[in-house]
Amino acid sequence: MAPEKELVQLIGFWGSPYVLSVRWALKLKGIEYEYHEENLLKKSPLLLQYNPVYKKVPVLLHNGKPLVESLMIIQYIDETWKQNPLQPQDPYERAKTLFWAKFAHEKCIAPMVSSFFKIGEEQEKCVKEACEHLRTLESALEEGKRFFGGETIGFVDIAAAWMGCWARIIEEILSVKLIDEEKMPRLIAWFSNVVEVPALKECMPPTQNLLEHNIKFRKFLVAAAERLQSVPLTGN
Amino acid sequence: MSNDELILLNYWPSLFGARVRIALEEKGLKYEYREEDLPNKSPLLLEMNPVYKKIPVLIHNGKPICESNIIAQYIDEVWNDRAPLLPSDPYEKAQARFWASYSDKIRDVGWKITYRKNNEEAVESKNELLEMLKALEGALGDEPYFGGENFGYVDISLIGCYMMFYTYETYANFSIEAECPKLIAWVKRCLERKSVSKSLGDPKIVYEIAVEWGKRLGLGLSTSLSACTVLSSLESEDFWRGRVKINKRDGDH
Repeated sequence: MAPEKELVQLIGFWGSPYVLSVRWALKLKGIEYEYHEENLLKKSPLLLQYNPVYKKVPVLLHNGKPLVESLMIIQYIDETWKQNPLQPQDPYERAKTLFWAKFAHEKCIAPMVSSFFKIGEEQEKCVKEACEHLRTLESALEEGKRFFGGETIGFVDIAAAWMGCWARIIEEILSVKLIDEEKMPRLIAWFSNVVEVPALKECMPPTQNLLEHNIKFRKFLVAAAERLQSVPLTGN
Repeated sequence: MSNDELILLNYWPSLFGARVRIALEEKGLKYEYREEDLPNKSPLLLEMNPVYKKIPVLIHNGKPICESNIIAQYIDEVWNDRAPLLPSDPYEKAQARFWASYSDKIRDVGWKITYRKNNEEAVESKNELLEMLKALEGALGDEPYFGGENFGYVDISLIGCYMMFYTYETYANFSIEAECPKLIAWVKRCLERKSVSKSLGDPKIVYEIAVEWGKRLGLGLSTSLSACTVLSSLESEDFWRGRVKINKRDGDH
């Protein structure tokens, strides 16, 4: 158990899935923390001070010391607070867990998110890439297992299972298909198994709010892209 | 532990492969080294890394571990009785992981210098690279290594990039030493270690190979292929028709 007088603070944004995954980790470990909402359009001096390299949320402060990048924050939480372990003890199993969390982030989530920032052919490419890698992730899930690692919730689940909800939002706003019901039944079951865990469901922002926020965000991005395209291009 | 079978599937110019070699050497581990001929990937590589089909892959008693930083952490955890690579304190460990992961991005930025489609992209990428290297210099501070007094995980992650420095400098006509003298002093310090000098390829030979890849892919100022297209071409099995002659480093085992 953590010693007394631990101060844990989380700098986040309500609509960020990366912040959500850190909140999930803190919740599962039963860690009390202060939450600071960040205005991403006007980043606070605090955020810029604690994450000078990437200037992004989430930032976890543990007794004033900052940690950044959601996967690394979750690893830190798991290593510092030993109750309800999120990663396997065995080094080989742990390496596999890290591998799949990284794969989910870099190969599934990243192109999905990229597609939201793009238009036309570039967007199609990102969607195609995301779908291809989602099929690989599907094959990594074992039939009949509730969570990624088995019957207990773990690292990959909280690092990545939120992508189901965000994928649906992207599908609706961009009118694209990311999650194929026929080809990805295990993924769909997995998404649902994770987000329905009561402790995790409590932390989820309302889908309607996420949808409205992202519709506005998308309009802003499209308008910005259209303004850029009226200027002669020197790059790609 | 004495009955451990370790096989490393690698391609010697790879900075990611170099990380694993250095980690193995630091721990004093005996392993079988197998050079992959990248246009013609071995069935073993495809079986052991079906997701990415890439080197490096460490096979420990028949079980594969992929992704160089993950492999280095694995090696550190299994052989935890010697030469620790990561700090034991969770916060310092997190810092080490952060800078190791940051060093991954150097390759991506470097690609844009080497295989850029115009001078503007090369200059922009060069400036981006220098910014990153200066941030790393900041993280190093006045310590001999990123691990402090001891050579460790971040040093291992980053030193492989040194193989590409001559290529970047030549392609974009600049000197990393002039801009980041502390970092180059750190490089020289690392090169004095046997684990590093054994594991890094000659940067000038790596440059020649980069030029060959460029010719092979028809890249350079005259084309419109972006660095991302290059990366995805190299990863596509369909692309490999014919071979590029790869000069093996002398003394490879």
